[in-house]
Amino acid sequence: MRRYVVGRLGQVILTLLIYITLVYFLLQAMPGDITMMYLSNPKIPQAAREELRTQLGLDQSLFMQYISYMKNFFKGELGVSFSQYPKPVWDILMERLPRTFVLFLTANVLSFYIGFVLGKVIAWRRGKAIDYAATVVGITFWTAFYPLLALVVIWIFAYNLKWLPLNQFIDPRLWSTAPFTANQVFGNMVYGAAIVGVGIFCIFYYLLRGLKPSRRSHVQAWSLTAALIAVALVFAQRKGILIYIWDITRHMILPVLTLTLINFAGTMLLMRDSMLETVQEDYVMAARAKGLPDRVVRDRYAARTALLPTVTSLVLSLASSMSGGMVTETMFSWPGLGQILFTAALSNDYPLATGALAFTGIFLLIAHFVADILYAVLDPRITYTGQSGV
Amino acid sequence: MNELVPTHEIGPTSLAEPIWKIRWKLTKRSLRQNWEIFKESRIGILGIILIIAFGIFGAMWPVMINTVWDPMVYDPVVGFDPMIMHPSPPSASHLLGTDPIGRDILAQLMYSTGREFLLGVLSALITVVIGTAVGTAAAYYGGFIDTFFMRIADIILLFPFIPLLVVVGAMVKLSFLPFAIIMGVLGGFGGITIILKAQALSVSVRPYIDAARVAGGSDFHIIVSHIIPNVLPLSFLYMMFSVTSAILSEATLSFFGVLNIDMSWGMMIHTADVAGYLFDFAKYWWLWAPAGLAITLFCAAFYMVGRGLDEVVNPRLRKR
Repeated sequence: MRRYVVGRLGQVILTLLIYITLVYFLLQAMPGDITMMYLSNPKIPQAAREELRTQLGLDQSLFMQYISYMKNFFKGELGVSFSQYPKPVWDILMERLPRTFVLFLTANVLSFYIGFVLGKVIAWRRGKAIDYAATVVGITFWTAFYPLLALVVIWIFAYNLKWLPLNQFIDPRLWSTAPFTANQVFGNMVYGAAIVGVGIFCIFYYLLRGLKPSRRSHVQAWSLTAALIAVALVFAQRKGILIYIWDITRHMILPVLTLTLINFAGTMLLMRDSMLETVQEDYVMAARAKGLPDRVVRDRYAARTALLPTVTSLVLSLASSMSGGMVTETMFSWPGLGQILFTAALSNDYPLATGALAFTGIFLLIAHFVADILYAVLDPRITYTGQSGV
Repeated sequence: MNELVPTHEIGPTSLAEPIWKIRWKLTKRSLRQNWEIFKESRIGILGIILIIAFGIFGAMWPVMINTVWDPMVYDPVVGFDPMIMHPSPPSASHLLGTDPIGRDILAQLMYSTGREFLLGVLSALITVVIGTAVGTAAAYYGGFIDTFFMRIADIILLFPFIPLLVVVGAMVKLSFLPFAIIMGVLGGFGGITIILKAQALSVSVRPYIDAARVAGGSDFHIIVSHIIPNVLPLSFLYMMFSVTSAILSEATLSFFGVLNIDMSWGMMIHTADVAGYLFDFAKYWWLWAPAGLAITLFCAAFYMVGRGLDEVVNPRLRKR
């Protein structure tokens, strides 16, 4: 296992180097440099622009520039943003990375789970009305025009029903007197949610095992969950950040909803196909012949095996869900990586655009890596030698 | 597709016929059988119906502009109707209303349909040709070629397409043809290669490949006449999915205004957006709803056909 992880890690680093190189040269190949921005400014004459070029090292050969960029990249110096001068690119990206991370993670986990559950149900009831309905609805969302879907969601839930805020990350009226910064609260919120999530998982895992969990353990599990959440809420209230957490959560719901709607069908359709293949296996028939309840055969026997190809395809679809995430961020003015990438691209802010693209790549690489390891853990048939075609 | 028909069903009498006639019969029969399987998935049929509807809709454009519509008023890009205020809601002369600068929405929609077909099919064709060639070569030769192309595919899989194209498009405006080619090439070296390679790999270890080699077939002959025909059904299936992704990317990039395209469905929504009409969403519905629905339905249609074909190509998905 360790050899496999180390081997994959080596590949990841190599891929990262190639990726950043590609991004760097791609953006270098674009027309114009920073001095072109001052071309129409009469206060900066030709000589001053030449001086600026020398100072920034733009007169050196492309290769030398590349070497120094790579050196600085691994020191965490990505240059200074043009459009938000003189803020360093690194700071801007670091401020925004957690927001994209949380949005991406929440939406992907949610859509994967919904897709998984729906997929196994509609495969089990193949050819029934629910199968066709779920497939058609799923495909429609899967191929929906993202920006428009975001607008429709905003229009229904925020503009017409007024349940949720229109866009942005926080409500400035509430936060102007807040004793915390948004990122502090956000960080606490993420840690808290992670702890509560792990707690709930453990509760359900330990109490609802077995073929037929008794009524009592159901009651126990749900009441323990409620108690855990209540404790977390009281804790946040005592710290005085509950109202701010609520504000951020309210702003998160619509983007997460949109991303989930876009993404869930991919998992659902794959799960359906994979499930249809699995239910023809002999061991599923054996489980049925044994007289196990239908639900147990479906969930414990068929769905577990059918899950594996779905996880593989999840790895393949991470990049496209990142693309969807970027569109969603832009539509909801969610101040994350995708939005800054878009703004930087439109304002010809090369350092920021390069940095944001590189970070998106790193982000996806890590996601790939985690999903690969997860897959290796899930599937005992995979050998960890790290040699060929895992 | 040949693989799906057992060859031993040809009777001895047919040997008297010329070889092309037998092949033609076989093709016809395999097509008919596949059509029977395809028909069973109603999703696929729904997709076919939608595509045909879009095809008719798009084909009506040259007819309409040459007979019924005055090009001065109904031109999708430079037309203008001086008689009414713009944007005007649907009326008898403009069935779907006009956009903020006085162009007829229905005319734009029709004009764009043909171009979306062209864009989708062109880029999907490029994707599939590259994917099939690279995938089979990687599977057949293995070794360095295999590793090289698989690593390229890994890197392309890593690229967030839309953000990258937004960055490129914001700096050099891509026009129609380069965009279709870029989408096609990126898709072709990406994920599809891995899938097609896996299929080609499972074909290339079959006994008849060895037989062909023993009979003295060259590498090129084996790849072209034995491996590729067996990979093609899967290629065709992924072509449908590529059409979807190409059209969606085009629409998204047009919507953000980073493409140099005079008219497309995404462009129509972009026009409404930059003029500020999307803020009053429900009142100006005709500015976004026709184009948005067209994008979604068009992509969904190809995706559904792909789903239907999936059951033809993959026997394990069929009903027992």
